[in-house]
Amino acid sequence: MLRFLLRRLALALVTLVLMSVLVFALTAVIPTDVARNVLGNLASPAEVATLRHHLGLDQPVYLQYWAWVKKLAHGDLGTSLASQEPVGNLLFPAMKNSLKLAAMAFVIVVPLSILGGTLAALRRGRLLDRFITVTGLSLTAMPEFVTSIVLIVTFGIWKHWLPISATTPDDYSFRTLLTYLLLPSLALVAVLFGYIARITRAGVIEALEADYTRTARLKGVRGRTVLVRHVLRNALLPTIAVVATQTGYLIGGLVVIEVMFNYDGIGKHIKEAAYNNDITLLQGGVLIVGVVYLTATLIADLLYSLLNPRIRQGGAS
Amino acid sequence: MSAVAAAQGVRSQARRETLWRLLRSPTFLVGTLIVGFWIFCAFYGSKLAPYDPLVQYDNDITVPPGSTSVDDRHVHFLFGTDQLGRDVLSRVLTGATDTLRIAPAATLVGIVGGTVLGLLMGYFRGWLDDVLGRAIDAFLALPLLIVAITALTGLGHSNRTLVLVIGFAFSLTVSRTVRAAVLAERDLDYIQAAQLRGERAPYILFVEILPNIMGPIIVEATVRLGYAIFTVAALTFLGFGVQPPSPDWSLQVADNFTLLVQGDFAWTVLPPALAIASLVVGVNLIADGLQETLDR
Amino acid sequence: MTDAPALDIRDLDVAYSVRGKDRQVLRGVTLQVARGEAYGLVGESGCGKSTAAMAVMRYLPANGRVRGGSIEVAGANVMELGRRDLRRWRASDVGMVYQNPGTALNPSIRVGRQVAEVFTVQGVGSGEARERALEALKLVQIADPASVLQRYPHQLSGGMQQRVIIAMALAKDPALLILDEPTTGLDATVEAEVLDLVAGLQSSLHTSVLFISHNLGVISKMCARVGVLYAGRLVEEGPVEEVLHDPRHPYTVGLLRCVPRGGVRKDHGRLDTIPGFLPNLGDDLPGCVFADRCALAQDRCHTEPPTAHAIGEQHVSLCHFHETAQTLPRLEAADLELTPVDRSAPPLLAFDELGKVFRQHGNDIHALVGVSASVWPGETLGLVGESGSGKTTLARTLLGILEPTSGAMLLEGKKLGGRMTRRSREEVRALQIVFQNPDSALNRRHTVRRILRRSLRKLARLSGKAADARMTELMTSVRLSERYVSARPSQLSGGLKQRLAIARSFAGEPRLVVCDEPTSALDVSVQAAILNLLVELQAKEGVSYIFISHDLGVVRYVSDRIAVLYLGRLMELGPAEVVFDGPHHPYTEALLSAVPTIDGGGRDRIRLEGDIPSAAKPPTGCVFHTRCPRRLGDVCDTTEPPLVEIADGHLMRCHIPLDQLRTLQASPR
Repeated sequence: MLRFLLRRLALALVTLVLMSVLVFALTAVIPTDVARNVLGNLASPAEVATLRHHLGLDQPVYLQYWAWVKKLAHGDLGTSLASQEPVGNLLFPAMKNSLKLAAMAFVIVVPLSILGGTLAALRRGRLLDRFITVTGLSLTAMPEFVTSIVLIVTFGIWKHWLPISATTPDDYSFRTLLTYLLLPSLALVAVLFGYIARITRAGVIEALEADYTRTARLKGVRGRTVLVRHVLRNALLPTIAVVATQTGYLIGGLVVIEVMFNYDGIGKHIKEAAYNNDITLLQGGVLIVGVVYLTATLIADLLYSLLNPRIRQGGAS
Repeated sequence: MSAVAAAQGVRSQARRETLWRLLRSPTFLVGTLIVGFWIFCAFYGSKLAPYDPLVQYDNDITVPPGSTSVDDRHVHFLFGTDQLGRDVLSRVLTGATDTLRIAPAATLVGIVGGTVLGLLMGYFRGWLDDVLGRAIDAFLALPLLIVAITALTGLGHSNRTLVLVIGFAFSLTVSRTVRAAVLAERDLDYIQAAQLRGERAPYILFVEILPNIMGPIIVEATVRLGYAIFTVAALTFLGFGVQPPSPDWSLQVADNFTLLVQGDFAWTVLPPALAIASLVVGVNLIADGLQETLDR
Repeated sequence: MTDAPALDIRDLDVAYSVRGKDRQVLRGVTLQVARGEAYGLVGESGCGKSTAAMAVMRYLPANGRVRGGSIEVAGANVMELGRRDLRRWRASDVGMVYQNPGTALNPSIRVGRQVAEVFTVQGVGSGEARERALEALKLVQIADPASVLQRYPHQLSGGMQQRVIIAMALAKDPALLILDEPTTGLDATVEAEVLDLVAGLQSSLHTSVLFISHNLGVISKMCARVGVLYAGRLVEEGPVEEVLHDPRHPYTVGLLRCVPRGGVRKDHGRLDTIPGFLPNLGDDLPGCVFADRCALAQDRCHTEPPTAHAIGEQHVSLCHFHETAQTLPRLEAADLELTPVDRSAPPLLAFDELGKVFRQHGNDIHALVGVSASVWPGETLGLVGESGSGKTTLARTLLGILEPTSGAMLLEGKKLGGRMTRRSREEVRALQIVFQNPDSALNRRHTVRRILRRSLRKLARLSGKAADARMTELMTSVRLSERYVSARPSQLSGGLKQRLAIARSFAGEPRLVVCDEPTSALDVSVQAAILNLLVELQAKEGVSYIFISHDLGVVRYVSDRIAVLYLGRLMELGPAEVVFDGPHHPYTEALLSAVPTIDGGGRDRIRLEGDIPSAAKPPTGCVFHTRCPRRLGDVCDTTEPPLVEIADGHLMRCHIPLDQLRTLQASPR
């Protein structure tokens, strides 16, 4: 068990290092002359050169990377080129906002989709199953802005039930926060529902058809007990892994939804950083997203191994 | 009929049966109809469209559906106009063209690249698999949309870069699926039988293994096509994908959705949004029908 | 309690609906299991054995349906139970043991809770249920039952898992116990343990048992009466002794002739086979179900269903010509001329001190340790041992699929490269293999023609007309009809697929073919045909075989010499008759006495306890001492005995002197 965890941790670290290289490489491709961008067209070549030197842009790429990593190790994400503010100051509050939104979506989608998937599996091949499967499939494949538009038009404009912007007034209560975040989180829920429900359905069907379920039934165990004790317990294991991998997906979706609902989250910052060629901000944003994803996967691994006796107890004794 | 011909008959009959089952799958049929309609529009949309999708009727800005032009009483805006006074219906009918060029091309790049990569990783295992596997994990830890935004900022916004960026990212995802399928095949004895008659790796990869994993690859291709449309749409909406003045659906939504803050201008955004929705659903219905049929 | 039989099935018709059509699986099956009786149901795959069991349990798949007849268990009509009563009935009145113990236990629940569940569903409190779970495990003689209760299924060996299932099934003291192929897939030594256990419990608890198996030997050991099922119809029924030794249905007669037994060997007494194929599921069979494959069939057999003819007091046959059933003509011609092996000539393949070490989780697994032997032209060397003994590793090392860690291999005196990539084309061509499972061994996307032509091209360098001619020749020699050239493997039956695989391995005219369990995925009637084919090819081509099988009857039938492996070491090597007749190594003795035979009895019965030790930490001294029933003393624990030649060509690795071994093994216990 401990060995498994240490292995996972080491792997996550390797992935993190590789990812930092990747993020740096991706942003280093951007061909714009950062110094020229900052100083504007009127600056003299000498001034530009000075700034380039100051920013370390005249050094070889690997040295630039090394300098960047060294600063990262001290928690320094650099200064935004566009606003001249420390990147951390911009991104950490934004990340907090995004997590609020994501958390709300998760709280709604996880029970909903597990319930949906289980119901579909139990009614396999019947009308309810087709309905849940096809709806889920269609929603999952829908770009977030399409779902958002439909939600905004229906609930925000035609019905006036919910605000169409997610930015809350300054002094807000928890309840107002929930009303403001409901529409955008529903847009996220729509995307995730089908995927998680689909995996749950597959897992439950597999467990329903498993030999051990037959054993339990032929032991005379009550139907509901078979479902909870024997089927769901085994079926939900893979779902946990899926929920974690969907975090990355969810953050990707946040970009569109935050733009759509004008919400001050990390996605919106990344989009704007890319728009303005603000390389430091972009690097910081992408890296944070990656770290969040890796952490989520690690937590899921931990949960998975806690629930799976094969890993918890090791091999045959 | 000779015995040989009879056996061949059996084979083509099996193939025909698969096709027949596919054609009787309602999800596959409905999906094909929807996608077929938009492909038709991508080619002949400009002939179907009542007006030029790019012409701006300057005196008919955001008029509601069913209005008649102020300037020309023969011009009727069935779906209304957008904030630049362009006919929404005409734009919806022609708005699929760019997406339906980019998405299939990106899918093709992803499937071909991913298949080769997955075959190599799954068959050779060892350090190649380890190193590539780690790198792919690292890459896929970043959401595709964010990677694409970053890469497109660097490489510039052209349809070709869009195809390459999405295709590259897809090839990594596809490689995982293919690798898993190859690993399952690798354990089967026919691979050893091939090695025992002295076959080389390329023959084993492409002649022995590949035909056996075409099923999952075909399903993956349709699923990827759905995601490609999804990704192109999202990137375009954010301003990193298809560029104006294309009548692309996502651009229409992006251009007009800020109007919603001012009031009910739903007709400017709902038709293109629903058009995207129908295309995406269509592709996924095809994928679902294929999966059901091939899994059996 | 009434004195109704434990199980009373009458005129049971079961059908599966496939694509909207009903396909009949069971056709009017009638059988009774008396109280305290063990009844065996035997038949080849697809005959409806398991369907019968599931129908009794009321657990048919969703598309299965009982169309007629009745099922009563201890007087209770199973068909009429309501949902709640059905559940209570399953909880208290019937127990079932399944084929794959590994999948029949829930992987994420501790064994203790799963066993206790048997009691809690009957309304027993959880504390008491736990105590009774412990009792149940003690009943099935599990070592250290208290700790087993705390474990998860994956931490138990296959034999232990099956004991747990048996404990669960018997704990409720059921009116009927159904065992559905309970030992298929277990090693022979473990199978023997499990069968001993069930037989012991059955006689001490007077349990009524329905025992389902494809293995006539197992049925003969376990049951008092037997029913033979063919195509969903019970064709013969009676006391086991009578049915097996005086069969009165041509199918039973044919089936018994397919099994290699009683010391029959390839050079005298060929195996008989049953021609044709099992009818398709749901075929319309107006007459006798076996008529199409029966050499005795007359016109009325195809039109008029035979009625039950009483032969003895309980012996019944469903055959119009039951009196003459045993005159069923033999299908195979007379004995084959096999060239005697000339061991004074140089061997074809020799391997010396072969060792193979795998690294796994930081441990060295010694899969092969100093194995030396030779194979002469035209000879068959049989490899036997439990799973994990190194049989397959040895075969794959010889073929060059695995690279040996130490030792040398010589082909006709010339050194062979370790990996096949380092062997010449001639060397690769000389050594080929027939795999266990033809489904896995044949590329399912390639046609018969493509499979054979490619091998001819790569191994025999033949193409065009010459390849076509040779392909026809190959197909003829394995009796694969030419109409299949364009078929794919999925369109062939299991036996035909294995013929194709054999044809492929002979494409390059190999000198030696490794047969890795080539018949264990096949039914006995098909197995007989494949064994005949292999022997025929040997007579014709003078090829050598290395034959791996867990079925000692089969190995004995085909082998000239036998090598016995344990934990990667050669324990015994010698001529087949000598190794089988003894005196033999205690391990060989244990393997032999584990096999349930149709003829039964006669053998000294020694049992191995426990599982094969881990190859990562092999025992000290003689590696077999931890399980050896004939352990001498401390010398076995400390010193590894050398492999010495105790008689001409007979090598053994044991401390016990030959004479002592002879007396030990001669005296019945």
